[in-house]
Amino acid sequence: MWEYTDKVKDHFLNPRNVGVIEDADGVGEVGSIACGDALTFYFKLDDAGRIKDAKFQTFGCASAIASSSALTEMVIGKTLDEAARITNDDIARYLGGLPKEKMHCSVMGREALEKAIACHRGEAARVVEGEIVCECFGVTDREIDRVVRENQLKTIEDVTDYIKAGGGCGKCHERIQEIIGQVIGGKRLEPVKPKVLTNLQKIRLIEESIEREINPTLKKDAGHLELVDVDGSRVIVRMKGTCSTCARSHVTLKHYVESRLRELVAPELVVEEVQ
Amino acid sequence: MQVTYLDNNATTRVDPQVLEAMLPYFSDYYGNPSSMHAFGGGVAARIQHAREQVARLIGAAPDEIIFTSCGTESDGTAIRAAIESYPNRRHIVTSRVEHPAIKNLFEALAKKGYRTTFVPVDREGRLDLDVLYDSLTEDTAVVSLMWANNETGVIFPIEEISRQVRERGIVFHTDAVQTAGKIPLDVARTGVDMLSISGHKLHAPKGIGVLYLRKGTRFAPFMIGGHQEKGRRGGTENTAAIVGLGKAAELAKQHLDAGDYRCVAELRDRLEGELIRRIPNTLVNGDRGNRLPNTTSLAFEYVEGESILLMLNEHGICASSGSACTSGSLEPSHVLRAMGVPFTAAHGSIRFSLSRYTTGAEIDLVIEKLPPIISRLRAMSPFWKSDRLEAVS
Repeated sequence: MWEYTDKVKDHFLNPRNVGVIEDADGVGEVGSIACGDALTFYFKLDDAGRIKDAKFQTFGCASAIASSSALTEMVIGKTLDEAARITNDDIARYLGGLPKEKMHCSVMGREALEKAIACHRGEAARVVEGEIVCECFGVTDREIDRVVRENQLKTIEDVTDYIKAGGGCGKCHERIQEIIGQVIGGKRLEPVKPKVLTNLQKIRLIEESIEREINPTLKKDAGHLELVDVDGSRVIVRMKGTCSTCARSHVTLKHYVESRLRELVAPELVVEEVQ
Repeated sequence: MQVTYLDNNATTRVDPQVLEAMLPYFSDYYGNPSSMHAFGGGVAARIQHAREQVARLIGAAPDEIIFTSCGTESDGTAIRAAIESYPNRRHIVTSRVEHPAIKNLFEALAKKGYRTTFVPVDREGRLDLDVLYDSLTEDTAVVSLMWANNETGVIFPIEEISRQVRERGIVFHTDAVQTAGKIPLDVARTGVDMLSISGHKLHAPKGIGVLYLRKGTRFAPFMIGGHQEKGRRGGTENTAAIVGLGKAAELAKQHLDAGDYRCVAELRDRLEGELIRRIPNTLVNGDRGNRLPNTTSLAFEYVEGESILLMLNEHGICASSGSACTSGSLEPSHVLRAMGVPFTAAHGSIRFSLSRYTTGAEIDLVIEKLPPIISRLRAMSPFWKSDRLEAVS
């Protein structure tokens, strides 16, 4: 059961402004039935160029319907320039927040609004710029870049929650990680993890991960570690520098080194220390 | 608000007689069945009785019943036992529509290097038997197929498959979690090697399961420990739950013998028939001629399942959905997708699963409340009666 706020429930059970505006000044369509949600958003301007009416039709879950309903309430009375400044986060906040897995519903709202404004301004329907990264949900690198920037996203899971990319077959995870890395700025890309590792590959990958990922971090505290042996899933290491005398080194070992190696190499790894 | 519970494939209420049978094993009879004293020994005798009750439900011998903690443990134990017993065989077979307890285990084994065949199903959810039989080789360690599907209720021809698989000297396991207690089962006649049952699907509590293990089948325990369950599953017995499951099995057998499942099927058919009649563009997912009596999976085209469920929830009606949004994943049910149900329908699929407690009044409530919900959501949907729509599959 999702934890929806009372405001989400209210907008879902009593949606505002459902329908079609036949002589709309702008229409934006996003999503598809295959993706599981879709929204068509309409607005009508008054003589002063303010949005006097907005309507929507949505196929989707409660949060998709609520986000669409909220969007129509938010834009009425605004000029197009004002409306264009509405972000997906504004929509989510208007509703008192959305479950993380449902943030893509707010992004859908923002996208429909943008398309409708572009449609009114006669800008060619926003050409899909950039390259498709996620084939399952048809998401481009530009779109991912933007959602990562605007919402300070840090993980592939975040990106999936916000824009669905990566939520299907998973083939594009590496590319999404790369985009996140570029946005965060200069962050080194993580070594790519091959699927089934031979012993030799595993040892090499452990070595590489310690060299490139773990030791640079430990060196900030003037410590480092040395790989002694790999026996099945046991990774035996020796702590050096300040680590060797630090009382908290066991915590570092389990919480940082082991979890990092599990992430980068194989989930079954156990790190053990020898003196 | 009165709860109308039509989600019995998710879990069932504990039968009051089951609860009553269990209670003394929390308070008065707390002895350890392994103890030498009579106080523990009495509990051991009661467990043996429960074993007989379960054995009778499925036509097994009491020694062939191993109590576990749940259906997932039974499934995992069965598959791991089979591959451990035949370490040189590196091929395993299942279907594309299994419960995650099997599906995810097979995917994990595939990553460990097992060659894995996921047998497809047709549009009605029927297994492609040619693909199944063609896949079997001397390298095949185990075939595991559910007896009936949890989402659609479609029943696989387990008796025929079991014979074919075992003739080739391959271990056959069936996940009967949704089947036990709903239709008569007879392992002696069907000839399966291993079969999984979960207590809470047949009015016993959660936290108790059964693995049926045909006498003579090679086995290796998953839970290694004490001598409980003849060394086949270590760990002190969950005595109260075992007693409860025994009682639940006895009651299930009585209801099956009395033909009560036919009444359940009548209610289900009324629900299904009326909803199809009152709501246009409603499809049944799965082979209607060959289903569990209590299950219907209905696809309401052009609307989304989570929205339907939440609106039903406003009336206290509990059901479940094959849509993506309810599970937190973005893809609709793997079962419906494997059947080739188009996206237009898969996202709007709702499963109603009845039990012997379901009343005609509850069915009437759904028949009354659901049509306006669907109309309301369709009026909101950009796809309903729109030229934007193309069947997307």
